[in-house]
Amino acid sequence: MIANLPEISMTQTKAGPDIAAGRLPEDAYSENFSDLHPLLEQHEAQVEADRCYFCYDAPCMQACPTSIDIPQFIRQISTGNPDGSAKTIFEQNILGGMCARVCPTETLCEEVCVREVAEGKPVKIGQLQRYATDHYMSGHDETPFSRAAASGKKVAVVGAGPAGLSCAHRLAVHGHEVTLFDARDKAGGLNEFGIASYKSVENFAQREVDFVLSIGGIELKTGMRLGDNIDLAELRATFDAVFLSIGLGGVNALNKENESHNGVLNAVDYISDIRQADELSQLPVGRNIVVIGGGMTAVDIAVQKKLLGADDVTIVYRREQDRMNASKFEQELAQTTGVKILTNAQPHALVTENGHISSIELERTVSLADGTLNGTGEILSLPADMVFKAVGQTLVRDDLDATIALEKGRIVVDADRKTSLDDVWAGGDCVLGGEDLTVTAVEDGKIAAESINAALNA
Amino acid sequence: MADLRTNFIGIKSTNPFWLASAPPTDKEYNVVRAFKAGWGGVVWKTLGEDPAIVNVNGPRYGAIHGKDRQLIGLNNIELITDRPLEVNLQEIKKVKRDWPDRALVVSLMVPCEEANWINILKRVEDTEADGVELNFGCPHGMSERGMGSAVGQVPEYIEMVTRWVKQHSRMPCIVKLTPNITDVRKPAEAAKAGGADAVSLINTINSIMGVDLDEMSPSPSVDGKGAHGGYCGPAVKPIALNMVAEIARDPATHGLPISGIGGITTWRDAAEFMALGAGSVQVCTAAMTYGFKVVEDMIDGLSDWMDQKGYTSVDQFVGNAVPNVSDWQYLNLNYIAKAKIDQDLCIKCGRCHIACEDTSHQAITSMVNGERRFEVIDEECVGCNLCVNVCPVENCITMEPMAAGSIDPRTKQVVEKGYANWTTHPNNPMAAKDAAE
Repeated sequence: MIANLPEISMTQTKAGPDIAAGRLPEDAYSENFSDLHPLLEQHEAQVEADRCYFCYDAPCMQACPTSIDIPQFIRQISTGNPDGSAKTIFEQNILGGMCARVCPTETLCEEVCVREVAEGKPVKIGQLQRYATDHYMSGHDETPFSRAAASGKKVAVVGAGPAGLSCAHRLAVHGHEVTLFDARDKAGGLNEFGIASYKSVENFAQREVDFVLSIGGIELKTGMRLGDNIDLAELRATFDAVFLSIGLGGVNALNKENESHNGVLNAVDYISDIRQADELSQLPVGRNIVVIGGGMTAVDIAVQKKLLGADDVTIVYRREQDRMNASKFEQELAQTTGVKILTNAQPHALVTENGHISSIELERTVSLADGTLNGTGEILSLPADMVFKAVGQTLVRDDLDATIALEKGRIVVDADRKTSLDDVWAGGDCVLGGEDLTVTAVEDGKIAAESINAALNA
Repeated sequence: MADLRTNFIGIKSTNPFWLASAPPTDKEYNVVRAFKAGWGGVVWKTLGEDPAIVNVNGPRYGAIHGKDRQLIGLNNIELITDRPLEVNLQEIKKVKRDWPDRALVVSLMVPCEEANWINILKRVEDTEADGVELNFGCPHGMSERGMGSAVGQVPEYIEMVTRWVKQHSRMPCIVKLTPNITDVRKPAEAAKAGGADAVSLINTINSIMGVDLDEMSPSPSVDGKGAHGGYCGPAVKPIALNMVAEIARDPATHGLPISGIGGITTWRDAAEFMALGAGSVQVCTAAMTYGFKVVEDMIDGLSDWMDQKGYTSVDQFVGNAVPNVSDWQYLNLNYIAKAKIDQDLCIKCGRCHIACEDTSHQAITSMVNGERRFEVIDEECVGCNLCVNVCPVENCITMEPMAAGSIDPRTKQVVEKGYANWTTHPNNPMAAKDAAE
């Protein structure tokens, strides 16, 4: 799947890190970063839709965090009503387009599809959802919903990622005036900055933001960071309600010496750089890459590094492979792209030369029966021009009102996504108990919006 | 290997699979290709009088497709051959000479005047074709001119023309019947009364295939207009089977040889027609969909099935299902079956439940002890078979007959041993005293 890897000179010896841009021929980038799952053709979609049994009380629908009526939208594709299908999806999930691209369907709807159970071949629900939503969005610039009469209420939504967009849209539908703040220079959150490029091609995240905002009644204010140029107390004073969807702004550290040296990087930053790059060939790429972590972020950076022309990319995960947070599909994607997954190994030391990483020493680990992880003392070394940290993100609590209840470093919310503060709701990655998925963030935003609406109408 | 050779009203063929009178048999080139592919016979596309008829120059066919473009039904507005009569006759003569072991029957349609029939019969006889088939079936175009189904819908005309044909020709005569009629037994009786050696059925069914909702035109659309055409293909098979069976079991026509036609696509379809009394079968849509090669598995499949069943020749099973075609009033009301769901095969789609819950007898659970589970509630199950039909897994739901002597949990009545039908049922005001079979 990797196009045109250049010939590698095996005799090359080079002092210092080998980092360069443009490791691939020009045309290789567009091929390597093309759509992971190309859009189904109409006939393909019809045939695939016909595989759906239109189950009673369908397990797929139960498994969808946003409770999309999956049999219904698939049937609507089948009957030649793709716009109606898209409306069915958008009713429950206004970011159905992005979710169709990034949901780990193999652990959600498609895992419980009766055809997965029966024959190991689920209906391609994600790709059908993409078919319907793309069909709608290619023919319509605006969401299919209209706004209720103006309520006169104002709501602040902080963070324009999936949770914030979902909440803002639903609030706008209910007639409230929404101000949507985001710290970055454009909206989208992780959809825009945090997802591998091959999952969201052709600027889809921004097109989807425009689509969501087309409902009207949402004022987007970028460059507004909580704890920086806005604060929660002020928002609470100005707005009738506040929804926090601020994500996780901090990155976990390895807590090793030399961590601040050159070449030791945060995966999320580089993933963002890839997404925002005008020219992929301008990005610096090391020959030998080591990624520390076992989640989606680790896979996203590792695969993209390989696709940018790195020779050797290794994901290092401290436990066994079946414990990795990255889905099985993602793990296989990494491995078929040529990424090695080294399990039961943890960082021991970051070795640098002249202030730049040159290799990483790893210690073998073993999991004990009680679940604890022990280092075995056996050390191995991997050469590294770049080491990426993908060991999780954290909530930056300094940005928040000191009175808001936190637990395990996350905002505590109830079933309605209401925080300990009477007029503040929260959702997405920043709340406790979330699954760090786009689709659960969308659901958080939706539930919170309904709860806010009920509170404002009370 | 079973002997598939067929002798149908004296017409011999290497197997019972004939191509029906239709576009695939319009000329020597196609027919020779068919014989090379293995077809046992053909009914040459219907000949008429010169000047040759004309066809539309736009679409002649329309289709109904499954989601993967599987052709389920086809219709056509093509007329009889549009080639000069003499050209067809010369080709028929040549093909019959070159392929003496194959059946070559000639389909005919001329106006209902005795002289016209005398004239064309004489010319067909000169070709040494094996027989004639009278096209009293085409529902479009020719019927507007007093031919085709316009004849087939009037038993008296059928009898009249058939009698002329038998009177003026030594050739075996098959009368092809239209299904566009209320009771197919009447035209069959008329054909028999006229002296027909056999009937063939069904011809195509009046149909509009669809409507173009942009143009508001029926399809197939010829310059924005559509006319009804003749429907055929897999979708019409059940209609054809019933009509064949009606003729096969009617005392007035029982024993009249039948050439079965209507959606035959596989050897199994053919065997079903034959079990209901067809001594030969005719195929068109399957060949028009896939080409002539489909006959290979028709031959192999039928032969293999006959070997498995121990039949050594086709006449050993032709008509064997006819005694089991009955009327509703004679069905055994003491036969009580309950649906049974094989939980190992069940994939828990719930289609059986919702079909039964919404549209039938509320006899299938969706939850048992808080778990998603589909079980038949025998107290409610009337044995209707709907769940079997909607289940996507073959053999997952079966109908299990209840043993005599057991108690039907629905009615709380003992399952009676013997046979009892409506004719003697106490609820029947016309009940006879003893069950009549």
